[in-house]
Amino acid sequence: MQQRLPLVVFALVMAAIPFIPGVPPFWIVLLDNIGLAALVAMGLVLLTGVGGLTSFGQAAFCGFGAYTTAVLTTAYGVSPWLTLPLSLLVSGLAAVVLGIVTVRLSGHYLPLGTIAWGIGLFYLFSKLEFLGRNDGISGIPPLSIGSLKMLDPGTIYFVIWIAVLVSALLTMNLLDSRTGRAIRALRRGHIAGEAFGVQTPRAKLLVFIYAAVLAGLSGWLYAHFQRAANPTPFGAHAGIEYLFIAVVGGAGHVWGAVLGAGIVVILKEILQSYLPLVFGGQSQLETIVFGILLVVLLQLAPTGVWPWLMARLPIRPARKIPDTSLALARRARAAESPAPLLRVEKARKQFGGVIAVNDVSFEVRAREIVALIGPNGAGKSTTFNLITGVLTTTGGSISVLGTKVDNAPPQEVVRLGVSRTFQHVKLVPDMTVLENVAIGAHLRGSAGALASMLRLDRADEAKLLAEAARQIERVGLGDQIDQPAGSLSLGQQRIVEIARALCADPLLLLLDEPAAGLRHLEKQRLAALLRQLRDGGMSVLLVEHDMGFVMNLADRVVVLDFGTGIAEGTPEAIKSNPEVIKAYLGAST
Amino acid sequence: MNTTIMLFLLQDGITNGAIYALLGLALVLVFAVTRVILIPQGEFVTYGALSYAMLATGQVPGTAKLALAMGAVSFALDLFDNRRSLRLKLLARSLALNLVLPAVILALTYGLAGPKTPIAVNIALSLLIVAAIGLFLYRIAFQPLAHTSVLVLLIASVGCHLALQGLGLVFFGAEGLRGPALSNAALTIGPLRFTGQSLAVYGLTIAFIVALWLFFGFTLMGKALRATAVNRLGARLVGIRTTLSGQIAFLLASLIGAISGILIVPITTLYYDTGFLIGLKGFIAAIIGGLVSYPLTAVAALVVGGVEAFSSFYASNFKEVIVFTLIIPVLVLRSLAAPAVEEEKD
Repeated sequence: MQQRLPLVVFALVMAAIPFIPGVPPFWIVLLDNIGLAALVAMGLVLLTGVGGLTSFGQAAFCGFGAYTTAVLTTAYGVSPWLTLPLSLLVSGLAAVVLGIVTVRLSGHYLPLGTIAWGIGLFYLFSKLEFLGRNDGISGIPPLSIGSLKMLDPGTIYFVIWIAVLVSALLTMNLLDSRTGRAIRALRRGHIAGEAFGVQTPRAKLLVFIYAAVLAGLSGWLYAHFQRAANPTPFGAHAGIEYLFIAVVGGAGHVWGAVLGAGIVVILKEILQSYLPLVFGGQSQLETIVFGILLVVLLQLAPTGVWPWLMARLPIRPARKIPDTSLALARRARAAESPAPLLRVEKARKQFGGVIAVNDVSFEVRAREIVALIGPNGAGKSTTFNLITGVLTTTGGSISVLGTKVDNAPPQEVVRLGVSRTFQHVKLVPDMTVLENVAIGAHLRGSAGALASMLRLDRADEAKLLAEAARQIERVGLGDQIDQPAGSLSLGQQRIVEIARALCADPLLLLLDEPAAGLRHLEKQRLAALLRQLRDGGMSVLLVEHDMGFVMNLADRVVVLDFGTGIAEGTPEAIKSNPEVIKAYLGAST
Repeated sequence: MNTTIMLFLLQDGITNGAIYALLGLALVLVFAVTRVILIPQGEFVTYGALSYAMLATGQVPGTAKLALAMGAVSFALDLFDNRRSLRLKLLARSLALNLVLPAVILALTYGLAGPKTPIAVNIALSLLIVAAIGLFLYRIAFQPLAHTSVLVLLIASVGCHLALQGLGLVFFGAEGLRGPALSNAALTIGPLRFTGQSLAVYGLTIAFIVALWLFFGFTLMGKALRATAVNRLGARLVGIRTTLSGQIAFLLASLIGAISGILIVPITTLYYDTGFLIGLKGFIAAIIGGLVSYPLTAVAALVVGGVEAFSSFYASNFKEVIVFTLIIPVLVLRSLAAPAVEEEKD
């Protein structure tokens, strides 16, 4: 309950403001506008700040919300409360359609695409006959409860701010959950998430729809607040302004949206009322100042005001200590099956004319540690990517426990019990070690976005976090559990990746250079851990350059050179194999 | 529809498309070198066009003063950045580029502006003014952000667009302006009449495409500019001055923008905010070209111009809707064709 205290205080303050005698009615109007903008910006926080998907077109979704209720209430006499779900539905459906085509876009194509449809929809609103063209629709009925008609800004104020507070609460709940972790991992690229079963496109579409629904809610409120809807507030410039609000407030923080909305709306008001006094009656001066401020802000404080403010306040979030007594169901394990766990047969990968992996074959059986070694560029990491579905094979076949997985998506491979670490660490640096590791258990939880928002996921969530905490303890990073993953040394980050992989309850663990960046003692500890895992029934396939580490640990060694398997055998046999010595040291011919 | 109308629409589309192609080229150029998606490109168009139109009526446009003011800010920033190692040579160069140059342009504008000034002089003055603004814009807004992500640069770019468009209203007013044509010659082939103006549009567009292609493909400077875009640090390590590359890109982009503006202002009335839409259509072409290919961008621009011309005939109300939604299928095809590469951000 301690964490909710600031929220309760904020809610009480907001509820008290209209009752303070002497508050000018104009302030209430400003606060209404701040609330409306904060709703849209909150969606952008999730979409852009957290998910890394930039949209310049959120204003168009407000338009969908506003026009839906405007048409239904004026032309068909539907009650405003009944149009609320419809407004949200229409904005959500618009997001599904636009999302399916645009969310797939990579990098800077997405923001450009959103600018394009933002402008396109603005023109559509201003040209369609039944939306009243440029004049829009007026005479929208006010919201009412019983005989209370919310005609003045002071009464709709409560509806707007209840909407803001509830949305903030739901958004924070969502971010602090299994789905939330998947969303927060989006910004760092899709490979790591997908390796643990996250359906990246679905997660992207989810935040896109969520942001659109929040914008639609803001549009619905706007329509009943202004009691009119016209195209101007839903155009490209409004879309840009919402993004501005999110950036000013701090694009990664839910409360940054509210703070940013406050700063921008008030600043705009001040600029609009005072600039003409200073510079004469020129209009549009505020856009000039606005634009300049935006550039200056990006240069001076690119992370926004909220993080800056939080760093200066003495409030620290309370430590969450997961109850490690809770246990997740483990994967069913076949008792001593003779069939190999992983069978790679003549696997082949060509990049244009380059053959990175050339008909490589090997097996990993239950309870064994196999090392894949070879000089740089031998195709070791590519082989890993073929096994885990990050790359598709050009030929050959790969199967896990008899199930063919070549060309299966990464999510399928991890489901079968193969989890991995990466040569270049792929953690989310601003998430804690615990949260990063919990992503590994993604497939072992089941709570969806809606359950998370309503906090119906707590039992499921506690088990996931307990499992993550247990694995962190197991790899010996218990003291760092609450630290941001980015603050750890590179060697420790590799160990965090191992804990994350263990969270998937794997049958086969794929480790890509796990010992790189570790000190001698840490390497010994890692070797001991891997042996312990093998004795517990797990198999390990690892790529490693530290020969001392490999030769002491592995049961069998597979050697690749220029994409081709040149030797396979026990460490002793490999050490004296002339082909291997030639590949590593060269030979006088 | 008869053939004549179709030919007219096609001609109209090609003329507009050629302008979009010029702008698309400039956008590709700036993006390829600095990773900035240059939303204020449209403002270069309006500044060029409306400065030229005002000069034609004998007035001094406010843009000349803006260039001087931006130069002063650039100078101050240069001083601040080099405060620990102020050398006379550096100081003199910054002074000459940031203060003397725009001051001379302003003085020239005041000296030469008048109702009887020849068209060529007006064009030269407008180009000088806008080129200076482009150069200083890079120094002030983008050079300090050069190391950041495409997204941060994009948002800054939007900020610049807002500021410059607002200033455009201050300088040129809300009324639209038209400028005098470059030449009154005309050529008639069959039912079509080609004005000297539209021929100039075609000629300049083709010349720029060829020139940029040659520059980037075959000169050391061009290759250095491309190297800067791919990896700033790497480019610096091999001795390329990355700041200079950015300045050149912005200089070229603002020049191209201003030229496009001067080419169209005799054909259509331009308002202070028209540039944004024109620029965005150039964008669509640039995006279709994947922000890398000059010839593809030019072809795409012609398609955009054509679609615009035909949709303004058949569904004039929905002209903009059609043009702007054209981009979405293209983007989808692009991202399907080029599978998403894992990006390491932040």
